[in-house]
Amino acid sequence: MHFTINGTKYDADPDIRTSLLDLLREHLGLTGSKKGCDHGQCGACTVLVNGRRINSCLTLAVMHQDDEITTIEGIGTPDNLAPLQSAFVRHDGFQCGYCTPGQICSATGMLDEAKKGWPSHVSESLDGDIALSDEEIRERMSGNLCRCSAYPNIVDAIREIAGEDA
Amino acid sequence: MKTFDYSRADTPQDAVKGGAVGNTRFIAGGTNLLDLMKLQIETPERIVDISRLALNEVEAMDDGGLRIGAMVPNADLAAHPQVIKAYPVLSRALLAGASGQLRNKASTGGNFLQRTRCYYFYDTAVPCNKREPGSGCPAKEGFNRIHAILGTSDACIATHPSDMAVAMRALDTTLVTLKPDGDRRRISIHEFYRLPGDTPHIETVLEEGELITHVELPPAPAGKQAYRKVRDRASYAFALVSVAAIVAVDDGKIANASLAFGGLGPMPWRSEAAEAALIGKAPEREAFEAAADALLADAKGFGSNDFKIPLTRRTLIAVLRDLTEDAA
Repeated sequence: MHFTINGTKYDADPDIRTSLLDLLREHLGLTGSKKGCDHGQCGACTVLVNGRRINSCLTLAVMHQDDEITTIEGIGTPDNLAPLQSAFVRHDGFQCGYCTPGQICSATGMLDEAKKGWPSHVSESLDGDIALSDEEIRERMSGNLCRCSAYPNIVDAIREIAGEDA
Repeated sequence: MKTFDYSRADTPQDAVKGGAVGNTRFIAGGTNLLDLMKLQIETPERIVDISRLALNEVEAMDDGGLRIGAMVPNADLAAHPQVIKAYPVLSRALLAGASGQLRNKASTGGNFLQRTRCYYFYDTAVPCNKREPGSGCPAKEGFNRIHAILGTSDACIATHPSDMAVAMRALDTTLVTLKPDGDRRRISIHEFYRLPGDTPHIETVLEEGELITHVELPPAPAGKQAYRKVRDRASYAFALVSVAAIVAVDDGKIANASLAFGGLGPMPWRSEAAEAALIGKAPEREAFEAAADALLADAKGFGSNDFKIPLTRRTLIAVLRDLTEDAA
């Protein structure tokens, strides 16, 4: 099987049952994406596929051979953090950090969705402009759990970047 | 997870050829199927990948309706300008379901076929008639807070989990399918799901290898639309009760009402009796109470879910009030 991850081509021959998450972590050594629940409930495994955020634990690697996959390793590096990553550090948007790669990937996808004008469950109007209020950010990020409960600071970090984008 | 043979279909015709072989599952978004395969509740021998089929368009139809490809992701459908404009109840229902990540992956066709989230269905250490026909149903005397109050049987009291399908039922949707012999079928959503009876493992009228290719919405009905979902968390939780409602008021009387419910039954629930109780009546409390009475006439709680009966009544009345208060 052939994969394109963070712009790099990889060859791998995993068992057909291998999830995209297990391919990344166990076969390609890209351990930034985390396994929390392995059932799509916690969001720790969130990656971007063709720019869209998905749960990498709930999809088969074999189904993504022709896709552009972006993981946290492709979003920023320790020497060159992405703006969202810097904002998480500035706002103390984590304690243990296990959910953070998923939070960052999810927020990256989420900001793009908002830019496209996608409404959410809490949007008053379905076709109005999207202003990313705290309520909007919380609703749009509800697929990412943080058991340290750093939610207020996560929202602060995302709001800062959303404001810069606007 | 049990192993399986995998193939990717390039056309719907390819897919149904593959799907005609016993114990095969189509995979589109896979968000529910893979979850169930990990737990070995689903153990297909063959997986046909339909995620690349060219069924991802939303098109206006000549009659004013909308034709939705089965592979359109839930997120795209919710944000589609035509859906927002003419079928806001559908956008609202989709946005009330799952998380951003799941809506990006889950397909329109697959959403109809989600399996129940009954705890006992998910727990392979206990009996379940849906998972192992004839083994029994511990939910009836067990923890049944999330379970059904309408349409249940001795064999099964599980609910259908979808929000999308509730709105689709209120909108009189038609599902278009392709069968392995090449025939196409058009199935009204009102005929699509089966009551559990003594065969709760058979949930729809789909035949072996039959593939949902499109979903067709009739022209937008007159009236205002709303979807209201009551759940244990503010976001990312299944419905305890949900109501999809389309109500038109003309000259001080309710002229048209379409009501569908989630969280109450083994399928997205529709009550003609509740709708009939509204038609021709002034949009006032008395009519709303009568509609709730009609909807809940046969409702039966199983202990922990008894609260759903008054909760449904209040939710329905609140939705009807919200939709008609300008017109009253």
